[in-house]
Amino acid sequence: MTIQFRNETFRNDFTYANSPGNIPRFPFPFPEDVYMYSTNVEPHHATRAGSPFEHAFDVDEHYVAEMKDRALVLADDPGRCQALPHMETAGWDFVELVMVSKARDYPDLFELTIDGDRWHWINKPLQIDDTFIFGDSSALPCHPMEYIGRQVQGDHAILDQRDGNLWLDAGIITAQADWSLDFDVGMNFFEWHAPVPLAHELGVFQRALKFLLSLPQGQPSRRLNWTLTVNPRLDTSPENYPKWGPDRTTVTPENIGEKIHLRVELQTFWRLPRSNAILFPIRTYLMAMNEVVTQPKWGRRLHRVMRDLRPELVEYKGLSRYHPILVEWLSQFDDGAPTSPGIFPD
Amino acid sequence: MSESLIEESILSRPTYGTLAIAPGLAHYFVADASGAECVIRVAQAAPKGFMEKVHILYVPTPGENALITALYALGAKRFEHFPTIDDAIARLGDWLADAKMGSQLYLAGTEGLIGQAVAKGEECGLDHTAVQCEHRGSLARRVQCVHCKTMIEKVTTQPVKCPSCDLLLLVRDHYSRRLAAFQGVCINAEDPTEEVEIREVFK
Repeated sequence: MTIQFRNETFRNDFTYANSPGNIPRFPFPFPEDVYMYSTNVEPHHATRAGSPFEHAFDVDEHYVAEMKDRALVLADDPGRCQALPHMETAGWDFVELVMVSKARDYPDLFELTIDGDRWHWINKPLQIDDTFIFGDSSALPCHPMEYIGRQVQGDHAILDQRDGNLWLDAGIITAQADWSLDFDVGMNFFEWHAPVPLAHELGVFQRALKFLLSLPQGQPSRRLNWTLTVNPRLDTSPENYPKWGPDRTTVTPENIGEKIHLRVELQTFWRLPRSNAILFPIRTYLMAMNEVVTQPKWGRRLHRVMRDLRPELVEYKGLSRYHPILVEWLSQFDDGAPTSPGIFPD
Repeated sequence: MSESLIEESILSRPTYGTLAIAPGLAHYFVADASGAECVIRVAQAAPKGFMEKVHILYVPTPGENALITALYALGAKRFEHFPTIDDAIARLGDWLADAKMGSQLYLAGTEGLIGQAVAKGEECGLDHTAVQCEHRGSLARRVQCVHCKTMIEKVTTQPVKCPSCDLLLLVRDHYSRRLAAFQGVCINAEDPTEEVEIREVFK
C-alpha cells in the first residue's frame, strides 16, 4: 500500500481536504439515525481492510501534515505536552507499542530493528532514522512520550491506574476538542469529565471506568466520539479559543458545506505492559459537510441526527450559533428513505 | 455542621466537610481569619496532650490581632503566622518535608487557602485521606486564565477580566486541585463585541 501524503494546512488558509478515495474510509460516528451518549465500546480488532479500524494505529494521507501542525502547536505552547514525574515508564511503553505496531502494519513506511536494548527506528514519511537504548531517556531529544507522540496521528493521553481510579497524568494534546491538558493534568476520571453534561446522570462514566480498570493487556478497545468544527482546524483548544471562536460566526447557508466539518475521534484504549497505565489515543478525523454528503446514507442520517439532537448537547458541543441553518442545509440530502444499520457507507 | 454555603456542582468542584481530630502522630493546621474559629473549636474539644503534637500556620486579615492571640493561646507545639497565603503555603512545604508517616493536615478558611494547601500536601506526598478541609468565609475564587495562564486571586465577579491579557473570562465550576484554581475561559470569544454584564456572584 502506498499512501500519497497531502501537503495541506489546518490553520490560516486551511488547505486541508480529503481526496475522493479517502472519503468512504471516514469513521462516520452514527450507527443509527439518532444519537445519545452511550458507552459504545467494542474490541479494537482489525475490521474491514482499508477502514481506519484495519490497523492498530491508522496512518492516512494526512499523516505528515498533521505532524507538522503538532510541531507548530508545541513550539507555540510547550504546555500541550506534559508528564508527571512517575510517567516515564509509561512513555516507553507508548514508544514500544507504536513502533512495533507501525513497523508490523506499514512495513513500507516504518522499520524497527531490535537488538537487545538497542533499537533502530526508521520513519520514512518523517525522515527519521534513530538508534537508541530502549528505556534510556537521556538518549532521546525529549520525554519518550513526546518523542513518539510527534510521530503518531492523534492526541495521546496516558492514564495512571491507582486507588480504583484512572489519573490523567501525562499527555501530548495538540488537536483537542476544547479541553485543556494543562488544566486537567493530574485529575481523576470523574474530575476531568466533570464538565460533560447528562452523561454523569446516565452512569456512563461509572460504567466506562469500571470497564477500563479491568482492561487486559493485548485486548485494546475502541469507541467513536464526535463534534462539529468550523474550518478544518485541529487545534481547537480552550487556550486558543479567541482564535477559533470567531469562526463560528462566519457560517452562512452558502458556505456551510465547506466550512462545517464533522470531527470524529477514534478513541482507543490500550493496557501498557510495564507501567500498567492505559494509553488513550484520541485520533481526530475531519470531513467537510460537502464531502460527508457524497455518501447518500451519511447525508440522510446526519440530517436526522442533527435535527433530533438534544438541546443540552447542541449547547455543550458549541453548535448553537449555526445548528438551525445546518439542519436546514442537510435536509436537502434526506429523502426520507430508510438507512442501513451500521456506520459504513452503502 | 459545616457552615459552607457551596451549592452542589460538577464533580471536579471540591466539597468540604467539618474538621475533626483523626488519629495521628502529628497534626498540621493551616487557616486564614475566616477559618481560625474552626481550629479553636477542634483544639478546645481535643483530649489532653493533643496540642503537644499540633503545628499551626495562620494567615490573619491585615491589622487583626485578636485571633492571633487566641490561636497562640491554644499552646500548640509550633505556631507561626504569615501575611500572605503564598508565604504560609511555602512554610507548610518546609514543615511537611520533615513530617513523618501518620501526619494529619487540617485546613480551614477560604477556598484559595484550602486549595493551595491541598496541592502542597499532595506535592509533599501526603495521602489525600490524611487531609481534612472546612470551608468558611468568602466564596471568592482563585481562577486560572486558560489563555495566558495568569492566576487571578479572590475573584468575586462573573465574568472577570483577566488583568494580564484583558480577556473577559467566564469562571467555570471546573476545578484543578493541582493548580488550586477554577478555570477561566473567554466568555465572548466568538463575538468580542458582545457586551456582558459583570455581576458580583462569589461573595
